[in-house]
Amino acid sequence: MSDHEYTPKSKAGKWFNDRLPLLTLGSHLTDYPTPKNLNYWWTFGGILTFCLLTQIITGIVLAMHYVAHADLAFGSVEHIMRNVNYGWLIRYIHSNGASMFFLAVYIHIFRSLFYGSYKSPREVIWIIGLLIYLLMMATAFMGYVLPWGQMSFWGATVITSLFSAIPLVGESITTWLWGAYSVDNPTLNRFFSLHYLFPFLILGLVILHIWALHVPGNNNPIGIDIRKPSKDTVPFHPYITIKDAFALLLFLIIFSGFVFFSPNVLGHSDNYIPANPLVTPAHIVPEWYLLPFYAILRSVPDKLGGVILMFGSIFILFVLPWLDTSKVRSAVFRPMYRHFYWVFIADVLMLGYMGAMPAEGIYLILARIGTVYYFLHFIVVLPVLGLLEKTDPVPMSISEPVLSGGADPALAKKDYDKI
Amino acid sequence: MIRFNFKKLIIVILSTLIFIKPLFSAETIDPIKVNWSFKELTGKFDRASLQRGFQVYKEVCSSCHSMQYLSYRNLGDPGGPEFTLEEVKAIAASVEIEDGPDSQGEMFTRPGKPSDKFKSPYPNVEASTVANGGAYPPDMSVLVKARPGGADYMYSVLMGYEEPPAGMKLDDGVYYNKYMIGQKIKMASPLLEGIVEYSDGTEATVDQMAKDVTTFLAWAAEPELEARHKLGIKVIIYLLLLTILVYLSMKKIWSRIDSEV
Repeated sequence: MSDHEYTPKSKAGKWFNDRLPLLTLGSHLTDYPTPKNLNYWWTFGGILTFCLLTQIITGIVLAMHYVAHADLAFGSVEHIMRNVNYGWLIRYIHSNGASMFFLAVYIHIFRSLFYGSYKSPREVIWIIGLLIYLLMMATAFMGYVLPWGQMSFWGATVITSLFSAIPLVGESITTWLWGAYSVDNPTLNRFFSLHYLFPFLILGLVILHIWALHVPGNNNPIGIDIRKPSKDTVPFHPYITIKDAFALLLFLIIFSGFVFFSPNVLGHSDNYIPANPLVTPAHIVPEWYLLPFYAILRSVPDKLGGVILMFGSIFILFVLPWLDTSKVRSAVFRPMYRHFYWVFIADVLMLGYMGAMPAEGIYLILARIGTVYYFLHFIVVLPVLGLLEKTDPVPMSISEPVLSGGADPALAKKDYDKI
Repeated sequence: MIRFNFKKLIIVILSTLIFIKPLFSAETIDPIKVNWSFKELTGKFDRASLQRGFQVYKEVCSSCHSMQYLSYRNLGDPGGPEFTLEEVKAIAASVEIEDGPDSQGEMFTRPGKPSDKFKSPYPNVEASTVANGGAYPPDMSVLVKARPGGADYMYSVLMGYEEPPAGMKLDDGVYYNKYMIGQKIKMASPLLEGIVEYSDGTEATVDQMAKDVTTFLAWAAEPELEARHKLGIKVIIYLLLLTILVYLSMKKIWSRIDSEV
């Protein structure tokens, strides 16, 4: 990894670095050779790090004022909104921040799917990323329960009840999760505790994710390995840091638009009604970022089957690097995959929409078609495509055919022929 | 090379979905759209309307609906009705608040102070439910945020009392309201022509009162709205300027190598 030796200039620096090589680590991070053809879809890693830190910092402040008790939680959130200095700002950043975090993570994941970043030798980065994603979903779900509004309470009831579908021990597991015989004060308490813990687990996994990334180095839009580091790469700082900063600022403008001008548009109005175990809302819907999975869950008439498919839809991603049989990473050189990629995106978006609609009539039929296609994409399309597809010629190196951003395969072919 | 555009496919699918939605969701009538002064990006509350709205709340709504998360001092806060300190003290002092226990262990009542929370009409949800024919009059602190349609919906319900359509049977104490979900409501039309007498001389029509009290409820739900809008404009301008500077720096840095950003 370190193709150059780093020696601190000052004597004190050298003394310290010999005992704990933090400065060496810092120099590795700034000098880290990064493909120079990365496009803006690659800026979301930095954006996600920012999102995580924002959630942790605002969350710690909120926890100073929040009360995790079934009778007091709703009121304590209102206390934050009304009496804590800039409490409304901190809470709106935190609640909209969760949505922004998921928006960024979905772009990050779909970037990986398009450019084949999950393929050898980056399978471990992909798997750690999926673990982060799973923890994010758990954290976001528990966070949504904390204000103890109607959607908090009933969302928690629906999701925790899924575990009761497990044969034999299901009921006991659900009771154990609740700490009571229904979603109640003990449930709220443990969710708060875990909601505080999980982000730090995510942070640990993020460090591993970046570590695992720094071993093979970044993938890039044309998906080929670095041949000539001196020509194909730029040092991470200042080239990538400034580009990430620019993208982050654009992202922050959108983020601020939500926080300051429509802070509740991504939430559900029912969550401003205090939790009431005796009144069920007309439609129980999760937050938007969980909707595709909710649609898959409801598309199966059998409860256990629905739960298995819902978890299966995420776990199938763990074996994606081995389901995709194509040797070519980037979709830029895979004409058929490129089409199936967009069909898959359309399918996930459609599932998301069906998740928000009542599970009946045309919605249910479309949700079922969407669910079947979701799995077909991974189990049939990807393995078969790798064998059938005639890929376009791949360039020899990043710098030889000067390709920027969306590469033109015809151009690549021309350069390839010359070589 | 023919590129069958799948991005277009997504757009087609999504727009189809938007079209099937209205076909399947009947039940409720869209609320009346009102051009509220607090809607736009730089929106502010109408101060006079907030003060009149508070009067309507105090004289009409508050006999059944609590507003437990607001304090009397909030009535004098910037961005709210902005009553003067004397007015706030007088409003607070007009209610009797139970306090204690005192040094003898006794509870006692005293005139309200600006730091007190709004006094609730009933001691608890159960008492309020039983006194209102089995329907709990919801707390009004965040009511506007708790209903899809927000202020428009609130106003529409206040204006939506009508004679029930022929053939619709209503139980005792149930009223027809065309904007309410299910078109049935257990609250009789609360606003009657001239039920309050505005001190600023505004004519207390039902429409005027409905607008005023809705404005007041919108403020009660989002007392930070004006501060939020003001800060938001500053933040966005700051971010835009910083983005331009960072963009120029980026261009300069990347010009050192033969690659584009």
